[in-house]
Amino acid sequence: MENRILLVAELGPDGHLKSSIRSLLTAAKSLKGDIDVLVWGGDTTSAVVEAQHLPGIRQVLNGSGPALADGLAEMLCALVRPLARQYTHILTAATAIGKNWMPRLAALEDVAMVSDIVGVESPDTFIRPIYAGSIWATVCCPELLKLMTVRTTAFPGLEGEGMDPVTVENLPCPAALLQSTRIAVHAHAQEGRPSLENARVVVSGGRGLGSAQHYEALLGPLADELNAALGASRAAVDLGYASNDVQVGQTGKVVAPDLYIAIGISGAIQHLAGMQTSRVIVAINKDPDAPIFAVADYGLVGDLNILVPELTAALRK
Amino acid sequence: MKILVPVKRVLDYNIKARVKADGSGVELAGLKMSLNPFDEIALEAAIRLKEAGQATEVAALSCGDAMVQEGLRTALALGADRALWVSSTEELQPLSVAKLLHAVVLREIPGLVICGKQAIDDDANQTGQMLAALLNWGQATNAAEIQVGEGRVDVVRETDGGTETLRLILPAVITTDLRLNEPRYATLPNIMKARKKPIEILTPEELGVMVEPRLKTLRVQEPPQRPAGVKVDSVATLLARLKNEAKVI
Ligand SMILES: Cc1cc2nc3c(=O)[nH]c(=O)nc-3n(C[C@H](O)[C@H](O)[C@H](O)COP(=O)(O)OP(=O)(O)OC[C@H]3O[C@@H](n4cnc5c(N)ncnc54)[C@H](O)[C@@H]3O)c2cc1C
Repeated sequence: MENRILLVAELGPDGHLKSSIRSLLTAAKSLKGDIDVLVWGGDTTSAVVEAQHLPGIRQVLNGSGPALADGLAEMLCALVRPLARQYTHILTAATAIGKNWMPRLAALEDVAMVSDIVGVESPDTFIRPIYAGSIWATVCCPELLKLMTVRTTAFPGLEGEGMDPVTVENLPCPAALLQSTRIAVHAHAQEGRPSLENARVVVSGGRGLGSAQHYEALLGPLADELNAALGASRAAVDLGYASNDVQVGQTGKVVAPDLYIAIGISGAIQHLAGMQTSRVIVAINKDPDAPIFAVADYGLVGDLNILVPELTAALRK
Repeated sequence: MKILVPVKRVLDYNIKARVKADGSGVELAGLKMSLNPFDEIALEAAIRLKEAGQATEVAALSCGDAMVQEGLRTALALGADRALWVSSTEELQPLSVAKLLHAVVLREIPGLVICGKQAIDDDANQTGQMLAALLNWGQATNAAEIQVGEGRVDVVRETDGGTETLRLILPAVITTDLRLNEPRYATLPNIMKARKKPIEILTPEELGVMVEPRLKTLRVQEPPQRPAGVKVDSVATLLARLKNEAKVI
């Protein structure tokens, strides 16, 4: 039987399709089957057009309406569930949103779900990290409907455009629920820097920075020199140096930029879980035995208060 | 209002997990086990709601073999009023645990279930959401703040872009993130007292839940290791190597 695959995309705050959809396309290719892309949101106008030009897909499904604007798990399940059994595989990115709704759908459909896959061995066998990524498990999912969240850093985005725009099927927007409502959003402004998920370079700071002032004053100029996103360890977020959405690690975001610079970060396994597949890792730490040096391609031992300004100044030249 | 807090006993977060010599699973024998850190945060949140007069009872629940009673003893020592053990030697996957929790919720009728957002062993991040689905209750995952009001709860949750506040009609399911609170430590007298408290025992059969695992782990292995790096002696050398060797700047 031919597989039928549904990829559930995400929109950025600007209403455009997030690039994670291209990683989902790469993961889906090894599943061998027809691929549909579902776009959802309060206003999907531009994202639908972008999706129509994705390479190798059959059609775009469009779920648009006010009830979907907040991305509540309950609403997403109401949107996807009526279609679910038309598919053999449904994939979405392992983001805060994906992790929120997909397990809910799995229980409604009474299927076991596979979280955070980093590899596809066959259409029913997947690799996923466990124990903060220190171990990989190869898992067989015998369900007729396979639900998976995908660690997008493990799948390079599929490039290219489709020849002709594919057709769009509009889905009925589910009715709003009283059960849960979003009453406030506190978006963290990125201050003109690239987003952590897409940046080619990430400058990440830890407890060693010592204060929120130091974090910004030392890392900000370095990030700007490199056109980098800022990241942080859990300790730095807990201490208020950085916003929660830039925490890198087991329970924060997973990133894999070309260059990751860890500054004043010891390298706890929970932090490594979020950055150890970066292409090149640089560590700056005063403790020569800090575990971060075990994963760093280049280590610089010394006081970050001296080394970071020196590095920024050297880059400026 | 009663609050139910499911807890899991896992390999302590300070211990590096290793693959068994025959590759069949993760080596746990003789290693330190602790309550899943997110479940400790969930328990702390529930206890604080009780201390603030917004809850009347905190019941902790754990599913698994006889060893999970250790985790329940810790929960009792930290301030849970009751402990429930769903006894099973089966490998319990998130969907099975959610079904067991669902059955217990139908008996206990809590107004709120507070779970950890993920267990740090399988890192699945599924059980709370699955439970909310089975109960058809609202869900708020990744909670950083919980405010209980009349018939509702407001939850500030951590998202990929910052935070957002959800208002849920009670009953509801909440899963906890790291910054919700800092859990207390159990005092020695409370640990001693907890040893003597009863643990209520249930079984999947009694609860009418099938718990056979659906997913099959074929093997576990260490992920590919990074080749060893080098220490450089100056900022100038670092930059030169990033430019000429790694070609990333
Ligand atoms: C359930 C759970 C989940 C977790 N999830 C995450 C996660 O997602 N992400 C995460 O990052 N952590 C996570 N952690 C926390 C993790 O275990 C570590 O506590 C945390 O990563 C430490 O942060 P840090 O490296 O900034 O601080 P520390 O470990 O305190 O390290 C600070 C480093 O700075 C160096 N330093 C200090 N001063 C200077 C100086 N002047 N110059 C140069 N170097 C200096 C020190 O040598 C040290 O190595 C989690 C923990 C638990 C229990």
